[in-house]
Amino acid sequence: MNIDWQAFLLTAQLAGLTTVILLVLATPLAWWLAHSQRPWIGWVEALIALPLVLPPTVMGFYLLLLFAPESGPGAWWFSLTGEPLNFSFTGLVIASVIYSLPFATQPIQGAFSSVSSGVLEAGATLGASPLDRFFRLVLPLSRRGYLTAAVLVFAHTLGEFGVVLMIGGNIPGETRVISVALYEAVETLNYGSAHTMAAILLAFSFVVLLVVYALNRRFSFRLGSGV
Amino acid sequence: MAVLRIDLEKNLGDFSLQITQALNIHTVLGVLGNNGAGKTTLLRLLAGLDPIERGVIEFGNSTWLDSNRGIFVPPHKRRIGMVFQDARLFPHLTVEGNLNFAADRAAGQLLPRTEVISALGIEGLLPRTPEGLSGGERQRVALARALMSAPQLLLLDEPLSAADMGYRVELMPYLRRVIDRFHIPTVYVAHTLDELTQLADQLLVLREGRCAALGSVTEVLVQLDLPEVASREQASSIITAQVTSHDLDYQLTSLTLGGQSLSLSGLVAMPGADVRVRVFATDVAIALLKPEGISIRNVLPAVVTAIRVDGASPFADVLVAVDGQSLRVRMTRASLDELNLTESQPVFALLKTASIASD
Repeated sequence: MNIDWQAFLLTAQLAGLTTVILLVLATPLAWWLAHSQRPWIGWVEALIALPLVLPPTVMGFYLLLLFAPESGPGAWWFSLTGEPLNFSFTGLVIASVIYSLPFATQPIQGAFSSVSSGVLEAGATLGASPLDRFFRLVLPLSRRGYLTAAVLVFAHTLGEFGVVLMIGGNIPGETRVISVALYEAVETLNYGSAHTMAAILLAFSFVVLLVVYALNRRFSFRLGSGV
Repeated sequence: MAVLRIDLEKNLGDFSLQITQALNIHTVLGVLGNNGAGKTTLLRLLAGLDPIERGVIEFGNSTWLDSNRGIFVPPHKRRIGMVFQDARLFPHLTVEGNLNFAADRAAGQLLPRTEVISALGIEGLLPRTPEGLSGGERQRVALARALMSAPQLLLLDEPLSAADMGYRVELMPYLRRVIDRFHIPTVYVAHTLDELTQLADQLLVLREGRCAALGSVTEVLVQLDLPEVASREQASSIITAQVTSHDLDYQLTSLTLGGQSLSLSGLVAMPGADVRVRVFATDVAIALLKPEGISIRNVLPAVVTAIRVDGASPFADVLVAVDGQSLRVRMTRASLDELNLTESQPVFALLKTASIASD
């Protein structure tokens, strides 16, 4: 039996990198979405939420066109680095970031909205600047939102298939992630390694969720209804 | 003492706030007014928590707001300490963490931490989270937290309102202690007079966003045209008299007021000390002749200085001067007409000893 450890490693790298990038990226975006009063904010929210409903192949198709080295962003990237975005690990990361964006912004936005403005006002009268209030009050009070976002993004990227197939293909060590490797194993009637990979993924996902729910319970105990 | 110069104009839908005053804050400036009079609006503007179209706020030598010169100092740079109606403690920090948050950001000389903690009696609460605290405990922690930020001006927004009557009684001595011990100029917003007669020395009365009265508590209490100080339960005046002796047997304190003696129930203060006594208007009666054979021990010669009659009410308010101090008297209109009182008429003011106590 042969297990594609390289695919596991690549998947973990992709999911981890995507999670880190998205938590950073989603923070200002979620803050803006939670506090902006502009009427067209709904358009932005709808745009960000698109990956929730769009078939991954549709997204993959458009990204394939955007990433093509002949024109647009793909050409700009190609002239900058000499490498194409399509069928590369970098391209995969960018695609994952776009594809999982709503899974990061929505829980964080929700957490930001539920931080009471009264508590922030109290912080201001105690001498805390806006940035200070954000890091010392908003972030710790939003940690459940961040935990949820991190888990959702990681898991969602782990299970990504359609987009990867469209723009990444199946290059070992570059774009062959675990879902693609599993698909290939089945295609080639290699049921033994398919079983093993599927079982590992299943066990891993379950353990992650178990940890998350346990942590969530502890947070809710400590944070409770707030004051 | 601190001088707070304000010139504010703020419009909020139907409501507008318009105040131009120089407020001398000796110890505590009480702000009194009905709901919707603009008390909290004023306090939030002082803190810099709300935007304003036009205005000036100067505190001592610093300018916090001057719309003409484009100056707006944000709340975190105003060096204020604010206590809100709801304590607004940080739920993710312990009580001690809440205090540290304030102390870490304080500018200038910190108040001694142990003194703040002991003044508010929160030693035992330090490791706890806000979630498990009672309403009164939360307000004490909130007050301690505000003090730990070493404020130059303390803004208290009805700190007793969220607490029920039990907490009020519990919290009052702590407030008194904080005011006496730390000497921080304070603006204290309340909608009942009780707390203010005990804590404030100056009173600003707000009505529909305008200043209706400003002066010492003693002066404002005897303004007969102010409905805010005229309710049946609250109408009162404050007189100051000197302790002469104590009667240990009867448990009475003798005071002197312009050569007249006055007795007070209970044993208070040392001989020679001045005591402030709050006398409720409904506890004073007026006699034209000095009465004999009566249980009332305090019969003071007085002169009628003002009379206010409201035709729609059964009551009338009369002001009499006792040795230069004003005493507010509430009687029925019927009595007023029967006695045929007029201004500058000499009378006797009768105070039941049982009903007056030192403030």
